[in-house]
Amino acid sequence: MEYILLIISAVLVNNVVLAQFLGICPFLGVSNKVGTAMGMAGAVVFVIVLATMATYLVYTYVLVPLGIEFMETITFILVIAFLVQMVEIILKKISRPLYQALGIFLPLITTNCAVLGVALLVIQKDYNLVTGIIYGGGTAIGFGLALVILAGIREQMALVNIPKGMQGVPISLITASILALAFMGFAGLV
Amino acid sequence: MSQLKNFTNGFLRENPILVLVLGTCPTLATTSSAINGMGMGLATTFVLIGSNVFISLLKDVIPDKVRIPAFIVVIATFVTIVDLVMQAYVPALYATLGIFIPLIVVNCIVLGRAEAYASKNTVWSSFVDGAGMGLGFTMALGVLGTIREILGSGSIFGFKFIDGDGILVFILAPGAFMALGYLIAVVNRINKANKA
Repeated sequence: MEYILLIISAVLVNNVVLAQFLGICPFLGVSNKVGTAMGMAGAVVFVIVLATMATYLVYTYVLVPLGIEFMETITFILVIAFLVQMVEIILKKISRPLYQALGIFLPLITTNCAVLGVALLVIQKDYNLVTGIIYGGGTAIGFGLALVILAGIREQMALVNIPKGMQGVPISLITASILALAFMGFAGLV
Repeated sequence: MSQLKNFTNGFLRENPILVLVLGTCPTLATTSSAINGMGMGLATTFVLIGSNVFISLLKDVIPDKVRIPAFIVVIATFVTIVDLVMQAYVPALYATLGIFIPLIVVNCIVLGRAEAYASKNTVWSSFVDGAGMGLGFTMALGVLGTIREILGSGSIFGFKFIDGDGILVFILAPGAFMALGYLIAVVNRINKANKA
């Protein structure tokens, strides 16, 4: 039950993009088409879960015993960069179709601040490994959900006449703002 | 003269937030008031200047193939310095900015300038570029923070000028997206008018 609440809270109530402002760059960058948005969402779920696990283990079994917790930022970003590279290489070897679906998004993910953000939040909130992974997965699904919804709206908006100054980023931001308002309605849920 | 132009580039013509639209996460998250926004901006400026100078110094030593990881290590070092210094001297601001201080590491502006500018130019012009970009970023954050603070809580830099609350939604997440959206639209308009 506790885990279900944690997932609902991470996906809807504290949505990573719309309430916590993490991962806005890919949120605006790859939300042109629903298809690409889905690919990106899949890649992010995959990497966030792996990264949360890896950074948690590195933190508990390397940084804490050595007493160098202040190195977490440097260590985590290197672990994430390394992990993304490994995932890319392994996917290329073992699953061609999956690589073709997710491949182009993988390099972009290192600089997705949601990945590092979740890794740091799990440590900050004192989660254990299982809760951390569930929280990470929930957050990533929330990211995917917001991304796919925005992509769907933007596909419709491509057919509409938008004032010149508002085209591109501004109208996407204002759409995101209305989405965020809608998501605030979930606030009483948990 | 060219250094001056280099410096002012970051303010309007190539403003990292308002024109290039980089580093939107901290922009939206930390601008619930003008002070918070500018604190974040100055922290980023320090990292930008530090990493630009160091990367420009090291550009002949770093092998081309591993340059991105090397840049990230330099940037992460400066971020850790800022993180520890702010924790010690401005604990209140540090608590409000929270996770967004360590997240300066993945701010695209910092890595972007390292790759596009500091790895190709002299130390002094990299310093100027870092300062210009950083202050342009700070300015945009300050402007956005001021707008949101006036609308959302009816105060400027913490001084209240109306009784009661403002339009609360501008302090919250939706207001952040909306304010930035309109701000970018206005800047687009000004830049287009200047070009024509």
